[in-house]
Amino acid sequence: MPAPILEVRNLVKTYPGVRAVNGTSFRVPEGICFGLLGPNGAGKTTTIEILEGITRPTSGEVLYRGEPLGPRFRREAGIQFQTTSLQDFLTVREQIELFRDFYPQGLSVEELAELCALGDYLDRDSRKLSGGQRQRLLLAIALVNDPALVFLDEPTTGLDPQARRNFWSLIERIKAQRKTIILTTHYMEEAYRLCDYIAIMDHGRIIAEGTPEGLLAQHFSEVVIELPYNAIDGKTLPFVARRDGDLVEILTEDVNAVIEQLLQAGVPLQRLSVRSRTLEDLFLELTGRELRA
Amino acid sequence: MMAALKRVNAVMRARMLEFVRDRGSFGWNLLLPVLLVFGLALVFSGEPRPLYKVAVLDDAAQSSARHPFLDTPHIDFYPAESLSGAQADVSRHQTDMLIDLRHSPGRYWINPTSGKGELLERLLLQTDPELQRQTITGKPIRYVDWVVPGVIGMNMMFSAMYGVGYVLVRYRKNGYLKRLHATPLSAFEFLCAQILSRLVIIIVLSAAIFFGTGLVLEFRMEGSHFALLLLSAVGAVSLIALGLIIAARAESEEFAEGLLNAIAWPMMVLSGVWFSLEGSHPALHWAAQLLPLTHILDGARAIMLEGAGLSGILPQLAALAVMSALFLSISAAIFRWERK
Repeated sequence: MPAPILEVRNLVKTYPGVRAVNGTSFRVPEGICFGLLGPNGAGKTTTIEILEGITRPTSGEVLYRGEPLGPRFRREAGIQFQTTSLQDFLTVREQIELFRDFYPQGLSVEELAELCALGDYLDRDSRKLSGGQRQRLLLAIALVNDPALVFLDEPTTGLDPQARRNFWSLIERIKAQRKTIILTTHYMEEAYRLCDYIAIMDHGRIIAEGTPEGLLAQHFSEVVIELPYNAIDGKTLPFVARRDGDLVEILTEDVNAVIEQLLQAGVPLQRLSVRSRTLEDLFLELTGRELRA
Repeated sequence: MMAALKRVNAVMRARMLEFVRDRGSFGWNLLLPVLLVFGLALVFSGEPRPLYKVAVLDDAAQSSARHPFLDTPHIDFYPAESLSGAQADVSRHQTDMLIDLRHSPGRYWINPTSGKGELLERLLLQTDPELQRQTITGKPIRYVDWVVPGVIGMNMMFSAMYGVGYVLVRYRKNGYLKRLHATPLSAFEFLCAQILSRLVIIIVLSAAIFFGTGLVLEFRMEGSHFALLLLSAVGAVSLIALGLIIAARAESEEFAEGLLNAIAWPMMVLSGVWFSLEGSHPALHWAAQLLPLTHILDGARAIMLEGAGLSGILPQLAALAVMSALFLSISAAIFRWERK
């Protein structure tokens, strides 16, 4: 593994009555997209804010290129928060210029507009942007200093599917520039597509980490057969089937044998589908299916 | 319709709960009117003000040889600090008469354009026809001359404190400050930028009000515009810095508003924006010295009404500079980028 650009050691953050981060350690190698996943309340946002230098840990340390977070980190890191308001009554260009002026070096407004597909909106009042355009502006602001390390905290939350996919393309362009990205997301499809390495958090700890493929291979050997629940219609099946809403899921390593048994049981197979286990399956398996506040 | 009312009720209820549970703003909103009522009661307490004011220069003022005129009821006889100062007051109609009883025969001064002076003269000569009449002429200080520095100062105060206070609280509340915190911008740089931007706004607006109203009202301006500009700039910085202390940590507009009101409104009363505190309790005079607006108005009136130069307003400039440094240090020390 290459030298880490960011290293987290025994991070702990406590609030009155709550231990939000509970001894978290991990390393982020340079040039990868690192995904930090976890359900609500897992300690993900607190961890990210500590990594961003916004929140101080109760104990533990974060090292950027081997040094505690300091002025160099501020200069070389770009951050897109989950939610950020900008100053009112400024155009897109003025917003970018405002943040661009905070840094000694960086990209020009035109370069950022090209990178983040904002060329058509530079002179528009930033309050009048659509959700996707606004996220692209916030990404441009995160990139004004041409950062080596970029934090993207749930950047596509609330976007429609098309805007989300457009945003993924932008992140892939940033990845192609060999920048290190730390991404948090609730969309497992997004994490699978963009992340080279994933850490899953729950209850303030990292409970699993690895490449997406590696994690899936490590935890799953079977595939999923899905059927509408009403297709079973009270029939007794000779294997374990799990209900998930209107569907029934059957996990198996031998698809042919299961299909044969379903036919013998008289189950109609018109709406049967077979799929591999996904990151979402893994996430749910590791963090549980119960609803969390 | 019922569903709409239900929604309105739910939002209203939630909003009221939010207000009541925000103990800071709730407390201030409750406390402020009470404090104001007590404050105003204190300012206007005591005997009604006399109708006439007479300055007296008399070595035997406290002796048995007291001049019979000094026993006339409903006239405010006060010891004059100096002959020239009291003469200036008579010329500006700030005092209706000056009597010098240190020599025999005594003398008295009135401004012939003052009706009150003429009436007092008739009363005086009934008790002592030997007194020698002197006259001083001068343009009277109208209330508008006196109140213009107050109004402009008050406007500066509101613009400085509320402008900076609200903006910072809004920035903190909507996460904009948090975003700035993630940049190399330091708290000190941010606060300086806030002060400078607001200072420019205040000076430009105050100058526009000063010259604009001056064209219409032709108020008195005896001193130098440069001295007034310098005093305004230092004064504005002190007021902005005071606003920054309030905005340094406040997380809701309501709490900030309560706190700002609690400082701004008593300051407006105690600093003498609308009326002088002359004759009120000494404790109020002492308290007024702790407020930047008092020094701004004292300095501005000295420049505009008495023609004071820079040396004449040095005490006010020094007080404002000390307050600015103190307020800025406190605000920088307690400043918080984010909500708790």
